[in-house]
Amino acid sequence: MQIFSCPFCGPRPETEFHFGGEAGNDRPHGGASVPAQDWAAYLHLRHNPKGAAREIWMHTTCLEVFVMERDTLSMRAEPGQALGGHA
Amino acid sequence: MTRRYSALSLLKEGLSGQKGWQPAWDDRPLKPRYDVVIIGGGGQGLATAYYLAKTHGITNVAVIEKGWLGGGNTGRNTTVVRSNYFFPESVRLYDLSLKLYEKLSIELNYNIMLSQRGMVSLAHTPAEMEMSARVVNAMQINGTDAELLDADGVRQRLPIHHGGPDARYPALGGIWQGRAGTARHDAVAWGYARAASKLGVDIIQQCEVEDFLIEGGRCRGLRTSRGEVRADRVGMAVAGHSSVLATKAGFRLPVTSYALQACVSEPVKPILDTVVLSPGTGTYASQSDKGEIVIGGALDRVPSYGQRGNLPVLETVIAGLLEMFPAFRQLKLMRQWAGIVDVVPDSSPILGESPLPGLFLNGGWGTGGFKAIPAGGTLLAHLLATGQHHDISRPFDLDRFTTGRLIDEAAGSGIAH
Repeated sequence: MQIFSCPFCGPRPETEFHFGGEAGNDRPHGGASVPAQDWAAYLHLRHNPKGAAREIWMHTTCLEVFVMERDTLSMRAEPGQALGGHA
Repeated sequence: MTRRYSALSLLKEGLSGQKGWQPAWDDRPLKPRYDVVIIGGGGQGLATAYYLAKTHGITNVAVIEKGWLGGGNTGRNTTVVRSNYFFPESVRLYDLSLKLYEKLSIELNYNIMLSQRGMVSLAHTPAEMEMSARVVNAMQINGTDAELLDADGVRQRLPIHHGGPDARYPALGGIWQGRAGTARHDAVAWGYARAASKLGVDIIQQCEVEDFLIEGGRCRGLRTSRGEVRADRVGMAVAGHSSVLATKAGFRLPVTSYALQACVSEPVKPILDTVVLSPGTGTYASQSDKGEIVIGGALDRVPSYGQRGNLPVLETVIAGLLEMFPAFRQLKLMRQWAGIVDVVPDSSPILGESPLPGLFLNGGWGTGGFKAIPAGGTLLAHLLATGQHHDISRPFDLDRFTTGRLIDEAAGSGIAH
């Protein structure tokens, strides 16, 4: 069992957390005027890095969403950080 | 010198001290130039090389592999082959694969130990039973074999399944595909490697891709740990690491990499003669020819490139298995491992030219690439030989993520890849 650290609740088992995607994947502004390519990129294309990653996670017991820096190869996870307005 | 495998050659070699056997494939140096270079010496890459040579007559081909042949997901899967999918596009793809598997041992002159022992996908609730009927209907309409089992049908095929009144996961019925089964995974890679090598394909192991040679906006070759190699077209079949190479080539893919684990028990006498899948408990199992119970389940829910797997998922898988088959409580696990798989939003593969012209993709197989090896190889070979899609691969092009024509098998067949 890996332990992740919620910035609000502290260290908790990994099963309490839900992966929310890569940090910095901002939703395009402009609604219908946004080209299909940009929507497709936002919805589907991922960097999917091997090694250092910056990710959005949700702690499903407190329902807070936060940023966690993690290494996807060694699986080492840094303590989560509260969202400072912008991920 | 014995090249062909047969009862006669076995006898001949037995009488002459086994001295005439040749290596299954030749170890050749990397040449500076090929018609086609394929990245990835797993089942998909080796099958691609074989069909390029066999079907299209293109033999000036190299397969380059950073480790050893079949050392990635080809050697880490649970060896199940099947074509029980929902959408017509998927059934055409996976049924092509199963049909090719059915004659592969003879075609390659290599025993891939295909055992079409059938597979039952259990339904534990009335809702799952209704979904099973829907999938069976779809499979029959799409022209592949499928049968809806009732509770008795499951009892006949799985007498050791715990379906009594106190069962937590009783079986109300299930989906039966009689042509499904298992094949020896290493043999599939080695058989294709041997047949491709015999047709003139160079197989280069311990050769890692460092970068793509891009000239005039087109992929012209690769820089590898063994030097530069140029090619008219480059194919890539590196599932699990598709994004890593895509980054080097300058584009992104709709892929997230996750660990998928499996484990085997100690070998025991024959007790399970079909493949069993329980989507409800997230568990599947079969018994290998050596007698081990081969157990697999769902993905770890944490994106990963570490080929290990985590404990909570293993616990869920084993708990589900033991609830269904209490007899397995006595088994001891021998080994546990994980492979890194490409997970795509619609749980269907990616086949076609990449955003970098001249580079063609075969990936995104999620948890199910092994069963698709003959079809994936056939289709990537077609793409590399002609530059055009095969009718079967066209729906799986990357453009579906822009047009929205997804082939969502996770929603369609309830299979999580």
